[in-house]
Amino acid sequence: MRIELYFWAGCPSYPEAEAVLRTVLDAEEIEAEIESIEVRTQEEADALGFIGSPTIRIDGRDVDEDGAARGRPSLTCRIYTTEEGAVSPVPTRAQLERALCLAGAAR
Amino acid sequence: MSLALGSPAPDFALPGVDGATHALADYADAKALVLVQFCNHCPYVLAWEDRLAAIAVDYAGRGVRVVAVSSNDAEAYPEDSFEKMQEHAERKRFPFDYLYDASQELARALGSERTPEVFVFDQERILRYHGAIDDNRDQRSVRTQYLRDALGAVIRAGSPPVPESEPVGCSVKYRALA
Repeated sequence: MRIELYFWAGCPSYPEAEAVLRTVLDAEEIEAEIESIEVRTQEEADALGFIGSPTIRIDGRDVDEDGAARGRPSLTCRIYTTEEGAVSPVPTRAQLERALCLAGAAR
Repeated sequence: MSLALGSPAPDFALPGVDGATHALADYADAKALVLVQFCNHCPYVLAWEDRLAAIAVDYAGRGVRVVAVSSNDAEAYPEDSFEKMQEHAERKRFPFDYLYDASQELARALGSERTPEVFVFDQERILRYHGAIDDNRDQRSVRTQYLRDALGAVIRAGSPPVPESEPVGCSVKYRALA
């Protein structure tokens, strides 16, 4: 399984996102490397389809596909929506668990 | 580098989402003036904006004025354009003024680095608190109400228990200086 964490250093949320992701991987007993990829320029954002930091893809699939479909490539902080409807700068555990499940990894 | 505690408030006259121009002198009667570096597009602002609105309402009767300011480069971040600011403020029914600092002069004078980032000036318009609204973007996990605590002290002419904290949020989207 390939897990990519794309981040832009201008947004402070990626360490928290990585921590949440590691917590979920540990809870699901999934041994996988997280590949951290820094996006530095708008040109890189365009080329990668990076709509904000952090963006996490599991086997190439965004953990929030609906959100990914609405965004445009940009060096910015990405907006996630929690199950309660609140705004969050990082994906929730449930979003990550669903994404791992879709990838056939989570229980 | 952000404005140092004890510094006077920078002067400004900026357009608000209400169509009026708002100047520092317009808030002369306020016991405390809260300038908040703000914007539309940042998830940290969106996570904190309802709490800021509640503070503006709770302290309005005690002589506190809250003024949000967006200085982001709207060419690079169209969600932060003046028109989008007006739409967002109307949708959220902000109980505070929301101003557009298109030249970024106010942000540079404040030395703002993050959205949201708070600057509390006392009645003499001297900076008494700088930093975050509280200590957690997740409201359920808040332990310390930095801004409320600072306002409680400043309106009694006292010193905030925590005069400075680390603002957490998106970077201010400055244009490169020519």
